[in-house]
Amino acid sequence: MHYDAIIIGAGMSGLAAGIRLAMYDKKVVVLERHYVWGGLNSFYQFQGHQFDVGLHAMTNYAPRGARGLPLTRLLKQLRIRWEELDLHQQGHSAVSFPGVKLKFSNDFELLRGEIARAFPGQIDGFDALTRQVREYNELDLNAPTLNAREIVESHLTDPVLTDMLFCPLMFYGSARENDMDWDQFVVMFKSIFFEGFARPQAGVRHILKLLIDHYRHSGGELRLKAGVKRIITDGQRAAGVELDNGETLTADNVLSSAGLVETGRLCSAGAPPAQAVGFAAQMSRESALRIPGAPTAAVGKLSFTETISVLDKPARDLGIEETIIFFSNTERFNYAQPADLCDTSSGVICMPGNFNLPQQPKDHLVRITNIANYEKWATLARSAGASPRSAGAPACTGRGHLAPASRGLDAWRGLCRGRGAHGLCRRGACAT
Amino acid sequence: MTDEMIKQAIIGIINDINPDEDTSNIDAATRLRDQLDLDSMDFLDIVMELRKRYGVHVPDTDYEHLASLDSCVNYLRDKMAGKELVS
Repeated sequence: MHYDAIIIGAGMSGLAAGIRLAMYDKKVVVLERHYVWGGLNSFYQFQGHQFDVGLHAMTNYAPRGARGLPLTRLLKQLRIRWEELDLHQQGHSAVSFPGVKLKFSNDFELLRGEIARAFPGQIDGFDALTRQVREYNELDLNAPTLNAREIVESHLTDPVLTDMLFCPLMFYGSARENDMDWDQFVVMFKSIFFEGFARPQAGVRHILKLLIDHYRHSGGELRLKAGVKRIITDGQRAAGVELDNGETLTADNVLSSAGLVETGRLCSAGAPPAQAVGFAAQMSRESALRIPGAPTAAVGKLSFTETISVLDKPARDLGIEETIIFFSNTERFNYAQPADLCDTSSGVICMPGNFNLPQQPKDHLVRITNIANYEKWATLARSAGASPRSAGAPACTGRGHLAPASRGLDAWRGLCRGRGAHGLCRRGACAT
Repeated sequence: MTDEMIKQAIIGIINDINPDEDTSNIDAATRLRDQLDLDSMDFLDIVMELRKRYGVHVPDTDYEHLASLDSCVNYLRDKMAGKELVS
């Protein structure tokens, strides 16, 4: 079978590319190894509960019709109406470090006021940083690669405030340890602090269903359980793919959303050794060029685990008002691969029920994300990975940040011991 | 197709690209980009839709002729002659 375009991976990026191509009558197929679409942002059902994987919130919130913002542009290109997304904004979120907490919401002035209160000597520097972020064109592909920490520290002299600003931006958008590319810092700063968080009532399922519906309606073909064994190349360009079942598909264009390293492996698979080595070296060089000072290994070091708890009451009843809490138990935030399975000294805690949803969700969920060591997880037996106790998963890592009042703390402690709650741990390893 | 219908064809495309935009008061003599939230990707989409709906090919050297509704009409009058308005 011959296509105008083959797209590898039915995640959000693969489906979005598919919509654009199918919209203009290209013969296009999206190939997905899994039996369900979604990729890193997916969903599953377990013991009658509905869970989302990956996405806590949609960043880049924009009101209907707001001009020039990324969400508006995206919706136009995919021909999705703003109302169809069913977005509901966060209440407020927080960055919580030892002895200091900064609230923020989709109104930037809240964060600015919090910084003026907690770090009065830093507010002029923060305003200067904000101006530099606002004026920077993060989409200029010809801009030099700069280190964000250097620029942020030229405005802010308090390392704790610097780390508190980096914490959410890194968790939601950095593949680098302990620093970010400046353009990526600007992308994340605008998307989280200027624009903010929202989600559909039904979570990631709803977003993916919209994408799938638009893709199919535009005439695109989706094949599930269709893993790509290798990308067929003629030395210079991709010419098609071979599937796990041996079937061969050819195309004028092959788009891969499998990531740089995996795509390189797929191109090299089955190629003569000399060519495969050359290709791997080229991939490695290109990724190293992009990340100054990074080791030449092309595989990233950051992975994450997610622990989802089902509570017997809404988080608000435990005194937890925040929608999302980004925390560090140490004064300096360490965004790096841990030596152990998980680093429980920092993390992200999401209370999906604390978005301003029209209906309280059926399940009262708390989702906790921690930095993990993928290699350590990969050596565990699969059954161990399914049990939070034996795998040593962080059941209540961010407890102190959730409930400053003791009334909430006791309830939370009880829940974490399993009374009235089901601790569920998914082995969610994604090497970035 | 009349001049008025050509304007309706362009507005119909813009409505499909951005349903949240109010297109009821467009000034035909003013650049579309100055009145509406249209970026270069959106102009590309207008070009693609003209081909898809009306079989009209607009080479990229001619994109400047799509700047305003009036310039669209002048540029498309011959190309759209005899075509039916697609809603």
